[in-house]
Amino acid sequence: MAGIAVSTTINGDAVEYLCQPDETLLDVLRDRLGLTGAKEGCGTGDCGACSVIVDDRLVCSCLVLGAEAEGRRVETIEGMAHGDTLHPLQQKFLEHAALQCGICTPGFLIAAKDLLAKNPDPTEEEIRFGLAGNLCRCTGYDKIVRAVQDAASVMRG
Amino acid sequence: MNFDPRLTNRSFSAVGTRPIRPDGIDKVTGRARYGADFNMAGQLVGRVLRSPHAHAVIRGIDTSKAEALPGVKAVITAADLPDLTGGDSALYDILDNCMARRKALYDGHAVAAVAAIDARTARQALKLISVDYEVLPHVTDVDEAFRHGAPLIDDAIFTEGLVEKPVKPSNVVKRTQFGHGDVHKGFGEADFIVERSFRTEQTHQGYIEPHACVASVSADGMAELWVCTQGPFVYRQHCAQLLGMEASKLRVTSSEIGGGFGGKTHVWAEPVALALSRKAGRPVKLVMTRDEVFRASGPTSATSIDVRIGARKDGTITAAEATLRYSCGPYAGGWAEVGAMTAFACYRLDNVRTVGFEVLVNRPKTAAYRAPSAPMAAFAVESSIDELAGKVGMDAVDFRIKNAAQEGTRASYGPVYGPIGIGPTLEAVKNHPHMQAPLKKNQGRGMACGFWFNFGGQTCVDLNIGMDGSVSLAVGTVDVGGSRASLSLVAAEELGIDYGQVKAIVADTSSLGYNDMTDGSRGTFSSSMATISAARNAILILRERAAQMWDIPADDVVWEKGHALARGEKYGNLSPLSLKEIAAQSGTTGGPIAGHSELVADGAGVSFATHICDIEVDPETGATRVLRYTVVQDAGKAVHPTYVEGQYQGGAAQGIGWALNEEYIYGKDGRLQNAGFLDYRIPVCSDLPMIDTQILEIPNPNHPYGVRGVGETSIVPPLAAIANAVSNAVGVRMTHIPMSPPRILAALEAGAGKHDA
Amino acid sequence: MRYIRPLTIEDAVGQLVGASGTAAILAGGSDLLVRMKGGFVEPDLIVDIKAIAPLSEIRETAEGFSIGAAVPCAVLGENKVLKKAWPGVVEAAKLIGSKQVQGRCTIVGNLCNASPAADSVPALVAAGARAVVAGPTGKRTIAVENVPTAPGRTSLAKGEIIEAILLDNRAPRSGDAYLRFIPRTEMDIAVVSAGVNLTLDETGVIRTARVALGAAAPTVLLVEEAAEVLVGSKLDEATLERLAKICAGACRPIDDKRGTIEFRRKVAGVLARRVAATAYERAGGK
Repeated sequence: MAGIAVSTTINGDAVEYLCQPDETLLDVLRDRLGLTGAKEGCGTGDCGACSVIVDDRLVCSCLVLGAEAEGRRVETIEGMAHGDTLHPLQQKFLEHAALQCGICTPGFLIAAKDLLAKNPDPTEEEIRFGLAGNLCRCTGYDKIVRAVQDAASVMRG
Repeated sequence: MNFDPRLTNRSFSAVGTRPIRPDGIDKVTGRARYGADFNMAGQLVGRVLRSPHAHAVIRGIDTSKAEALPGVKAVITAADLPDLTGGDSALYDILDNCMARRKALYDGHAVAAVAAIDARTARQALKLISVDYEVLPHVTDVDEAFRHGAPLIDDAIFTEGLVEKPVKPSNVVKRTQFGHGDVHKGFGEADFIVERSFRTEQTHQGYIEPHACVASVSADGMAELWVCTQGPFVYRQHCAQLLGMEASKLRVTSSEIGGGFGGKTHVWAEPVALALSRKAGRPVKLVMTRDEVFRASGPTSATSIDVRIGARKDGTITAAEATLRYSCGPYAGGWAEVGAMTAFACYRLDNVRTVGFEVLVNRPKTAAYRAPSAPMAAFAVESSIDELAGKVGMDAVDFRIKNAAQEGTRASYGPVYGPIGIGPTLEAVKNHPHMQAPLKKNQGRGMACGFWFNFGGQTCVDLNIGMDGSVSLAVGTVDVGGSRASLSLVAAEELGIDYGQVKAIVADTSSLGYNDMTDGSRGTFSSSMATISAARNAILILRERAAQMWDIPADDVVWEKGHALARGEKYGNLSPLSLKEIAAQSGTTGGPIAGHSELVADGAGVSFATHICDIEVDPETGATRVLRYTVVQDAGKAVHPTYVEGQYQGGAAQGIGWALNEEYIYGKDGRLQNAGFLDYRIPVCSDLPMIDTQILEIPNPNHPYGVRGVGETSIVPPLAAIANAVSNAVGVRMTHIPMSPPRILAALEAGAGKHDA
Repeated sequence: MRYIRPLTIEDAVGQLVGASGTAAILAGGSDLLVRMKGGFVEPDLIVDIKAIAPLSEIRETAEGFSIGAAVPCAVLGENKVLKKAWPGVVEAAKLIGSKQVQGRCTIVGNLCNASPAADSVPALVAAGARAVVAGPTGKRTIAVENVPTAPGRTSLAKGEIIEAILLDNRAPRSGDAYLRFIPRTEMDIAVVSAGVNLTLDETGVIRTARVALGAAAPTVLLVEEAAEVLVGSKLDEATLERLAKICAGACRPIDDKRGTIEFRRKVAGVLARRVAATAYERAGGK
């Protein structure tokens, strides 16, 4: 199979790569570009650990082909902090201990960022349903929800 | 140097605070490297071929076509993993589970593996392997497997532990019994007796990170294994034994671990990856798919449990007994035994007997899952206790308080308890505002207790003081949920320095002495004990160095708040020396300063919890919603309270999932039907309420700070707490976990309103 | 395997017609990529239709709405006019998968995946939605219920693509609703589901009705007997009882990992009652 040449933007940087037609965006990020922050928990869109934002839409990168990223803007966990300055969600996840093992954390942070971009002042229920596509097996979600509430409050100023 | 692990009365400055974990930044920025995040030059992709049959003789495997496929660098079968187990049957079972030898014993059992230049080639190669199976009758249900005439999984199994050795083989590996007193007499004294049978279905630990490793065996026989594991030293030992290597030639590095809960205490694919690498002469990366994780790793036992408990009118339990049948998968295990030990551990009983039966089934090899075996036994016992309280006419909490074990009680599994937390958790629950909150129609409140032993075990820690006064702490227990923060706190506490001066890491197997795996809630308990010991050893050296710097006898130097102090008026002119100042001079006072500790952490204090929950049942659909949940648990001493709360909440959430929806569903063909997160339903964020926690601290006398393990107990009460809540909401006693909507609806229709249905 | 991204529907159809081996249409990919990952399909050609501009639009026409085949369900939820006119269709579409999946999945994909448990399909059938099919011989419009023919199978011929779903303008006093039963609160496939679409007269009497059930038979069920019971009523308790009974009776479900026959029958009736009440309220009935 011939590789497909893709030009895209990842975390603000122009990126070019070759990928196979059946290769997912997740595989491209992890195996070709070394961006291993997005995780594969299931490969079927059921756990959200591979969440990224493509053109302002939250998606599971395991359910997007690498070829589909042509001309798009992809945001991953690696682009969430600005240099040394953590995004408020990252900071609040640390302060609230909203992670134990941490494998789901990049996906949660990306999903929460998307959630707050669309709804800056969500209720607890909106946060819970908004993050229902991200599985966490360690925390029981309590501290995650609290961290998102706190970050939302900080971001609203 | 002798280490005294006994509890000492002291106040804390670092322990009990809630700083940010040292590995946190990497985890929120995506930099932390987990099992699948590591790569080596020239690495191949490993994939495993798995049996589609629940039970089949492997008559032959033809790998020639796969081997001929361009890009395939190695194909292995059981023939490439010769039996080097030397009669160690437990090790043989591990070997057979890694790669089926004579028979495939469950849907998903590995039968061959390939290493190829990329995933696509590896997948194609698997399709080219031809396995000649002779399909045999199978049995996946624990009760069916228990019966006479069930398909035999291993014809060399004759039940152990019976008075007379059986003449025929069966699927029952072993019978175990615990207890004391005379239950027959005790039931004779009872005014009320509750007798019921319960079932729980098989669940998976459900860690989000699939098993993953990179194995590299060099031509000189040296090997490296990067892997997500709860026990790098145990993995090293098993892999080395199975592959015929010396342990010291295999260096195992535990990656960050994306959840384990007991499921990453056993080797699965790692020996296969090493065997592939050895054959191919290149590094091999092997990552399980989610489907493989469900079909071939984990799960816990499915169970069938009979309980009988009697009480007098005054609420005193006179006798209790239970028979527990636990599935082990196709290999012997001790799961029912543990269930039988924990079943009545919360109570003070004069007459108690539990009997456990280990049952083989054609399902994946049972693995530990957070307080393994205890939640199912607690479900059966705590449901029956609630019902008995009702018959006696006592409040469920008061009934438990009346019969709760206390210091000096002889536990049903043998030992006599020291200071324990069951009574205090019950008192705390009795006084908790949650118990007084009003309930609406179709809502119910339930509570239940849980017990877990907690483990200690072999532990080793290195504490190195740098010349700048910063401290690196190398531990050998894997950090599964914040223990690097807790252990840094302990080191800071003992040395009297700031938390920020300590950096804890998890060492690889070549850098530190042997450590048992991180199980049994032992990580913080054992490694904190070793950290304290290592810090005290370092302090001895720090005092000597200060003495040298001052040119006074070391006995005249004491250590307080991170400083060496010269004791006595004659040294009034000597200002205290900080750790930093002493460290700065270490090059000229005798070299690097370090403290080491190698110990067996004995005396892990037992742990108790009591949970309260409110649920609402939709009587038309059987759907159950958890409205409110409270965990009260004894931590001994909470080193980092936020992560202790996290353990309480996480265990409760897993228990809630188990209680309501999680289960392995097998078809008549013996194949697992729900090997994915879509139909193996772990709780999602919108399924749960906030989970309130209350930490009690009844110090463990066998730890310098009073620490007890906290990780596991929280999964023990939820099954029963929710079952009791459902019973209180709709008046039907649920005896089958999970209480999925179809089961609840069927129970409602069958038993409408009757408690004794 | 080839991946192509045609710019016109004609080109897409031509590529599909000319394809040797198996070809797959890619819109959101939330079913296709899962099937590829599981090794259930290995298409020789993947036709990504998202670059065909009209397919990514929701158009308001004189007759109603035309929803392009590549419009993600999240976009349906953001379209206020559509949501106001067809709240049941939108709420059904919004139940497919997670937020992540919502950003990708489409109602046409949901329809063409031909799962008996597809969430949007009962709502579309209740709504009387039609599918515009483009193919080598031109275009045709068919009722949505005529697309799936069996689990995993559709009536589409080689080279045919559904380019849009058509929904009519609403008569006054109309309402639709959709409900499904899942064991969790999110991230599940419907165990059983029901969609109801009603139009009332000035006095609140139901004049027209459509009732559809999902996961109750190999394909979506349009239960005409249930609609007949509703018509002429004001959705009184007796009518609701009959509706529930008819819907439970109309089911031809199976026992599987998600539910039992008995459970699906009972709950189909319960959902039909509940969803009819919501539709009635949305139509302005009291």
